[in-house]
Amino acid sequence: MLKDITIGQYFPGKSPVHRLDPRFKIIITAVFIVMLFSADNFLGLAAGCAFLIISFLISEIPLRLMMKSIKPIVPIILFTTILNLFFLDGVTLFKLGFIKVTYEGLETSAFMIVRIIALIMGSSLLTYTTSPITLTDAIERLLAPLGRLKFPVHELAMMMTIALRFIPTIIEETDRIMSAQKARGADMESGGLLQRAKALTPILIPLFVSAFRRAEELALAMECRCYHGGDGRTRLKELKSKSADYIAMGISLIFLDLVILLNIIFG
Amino acid sequence: MAIIKTENLTYTYGIGTPFSKSAIQNVNLEIEEGELVGIIGHTGSGKSTLIQHLNGLLKPTSGKVFIDGQDIWDKDVKIRDIRFKVGLVFQYPEYQIFEETVYKDIAFGPKNMGLDEKEIDRRVNEITDLLGLGRENLQKSPFELSGGQKRRTAIAGVMAMEPKILILDEPTAGLDPKGRDVILDRIKEYHRRTKSTVLLVSHSMEDVAKFATKILVMNRAEVFCYDDPPEVFKRAKELTEIGLSVPQITRVFMALKEKGVDIRTDVYTTDFAVKTITEYLSRRS
Repeated sequence: MLKDITIGQYFPGKSPVHRLDPRFKIIITAVFIVMLFSADNFLGLAAGCAFLIISFLISEIPLRLMMKSIKPIVPIILFTTILNLFFLDGVTLFKLGFIKVTYEGLETSAFMIVRIIALIMGSSLLTYTTSPITLTDAIERLLAPLGRLKFPVHELAMMMTIALRFIPTIIEETDRIMSAQKARGADMESGGLLQRAKALTPILIPLFVSAFRRAEELALAMECRCYHGGDGRTRLKELKSKSADYIAMGISLIFLDLVILLNIIFG
Repeated sequence: MAIIKTENLTYTYGIGTPFSKSAIQNVNLEIEEGELVGIIGHTGSGKSTLIQHLNGLLKPTSGKVFIDGQDIWDKDVKIRDIRFKVGLVFQYPEYQIFEETVYKDIAFGPKNMGLDEKEIDRRVNEITDLLGLGRENLQKSPFELSGGQKRRTAIAGVMAMEPKILILDEPTAGLDPKGRDVILDRIKEYHRRTKSTVLLVSHSMEDVAKFATKILVMNRAEVFCYDDPPEVFKRAKELTEIGLSVPQITRVFMALKEKGVDIRTDVYTTDFAVKTITEYLSRRS
């Protein structure tokens, strides 16, 4: 039951998109977002979408997965659509009682829908093709300049990594404790709200105890290996930029230029 | 009638994913009442999956489980009643302890059964004495106890439900030799006193050989054999072939036989070993 929960949404693969340097992937995603928001006509937006579709095709991610990423934001899309559709002034297309749909409203809402969907799909593509651990690694490297300002970049990244690493462990532990308490007749499925909340005590307390124990053990193990923070620390897997990364980066910048160009021509 | 019976019991993890794997396959078992069964097998041989089926924590992919002649997944059966009938002690059970006092933690199971205070009190005290926990410890926080005591507290919590069948998953894992002996000894005593059926999962053939009345060997998701200890140890060679260690004393006799000494090899306790050797020597002279 608990095992069905998936952490992050990494979809393992060996496509060129998967193999890109995660630092570049993050920057390219940022460029893509700038693309979407700087586009002020449909042609510019189409150029942005073309970039997304190309990346998607190369990534070998199933379309079903991409569609799934849209699901949680459907209410937001509906909401903005309704707002734009009915409350924007302009040339009236048709009128039904007090409801009025304008040409401008239709255009803006279509524009917004495409923009939001592309935005979500683009950022999902990043998380689908990059494992959470690599992602935190890349974030650490990208934030490194902040370290000059005494910002604890390494510590932050280490915390994120540890948190991610322990999610499956804690889930497993919860599963085990639940089974153990069920075996002692703990009833978690029936009763009112208060009763159910009370029934959680036999699970939460052992879970907390074990989380603290694990934290202590981990801290000790890290200290035994002379962990002392980020200073002078080297890594087993250095992030190395390859020519493919620069090419991908270049392509994304070309698309950005295209969007700006289209803005100027048709704007 | 067998108290535990399984029919073609199969459990598959992750059905419909590329990772699907059978943890147990076609397990047919009949365990009689009052036995003390030692369950042996490698990590991943299906021991833990099997025992979690016996109290309904896992629902079989196919096949049936009968406890006391009753199909536990029958519509009229309340699975909670089965769990009171079949007590299951997990590996490292001390991690499930949560109450403020040892007493309350042991009483958690009996309380869930809806027993009255007096009965709960009787059971807690009885089991505390049986496990040698010391009544003076009952009002302490379980988190103050030593590792071995915590383990015994957790085991007591299940024993206090007085289940007809008690199943323990590696109750001695991670304990020092002395703690191990104490727990095994107490489990044996519990079995002797209550005359209940006890199933004990173990890695150690030595432990199992010492007191099991029946041995169940699991190998690669299937039952390798279920028999009386002498019969099982007659197949010592096959056991070593599937990577299980046989008791040291058995290995000595196997080596003797290989050296050409005409001696039986189904020896698995020191007492019996002494007898066999004396017999052999008197036969020779």
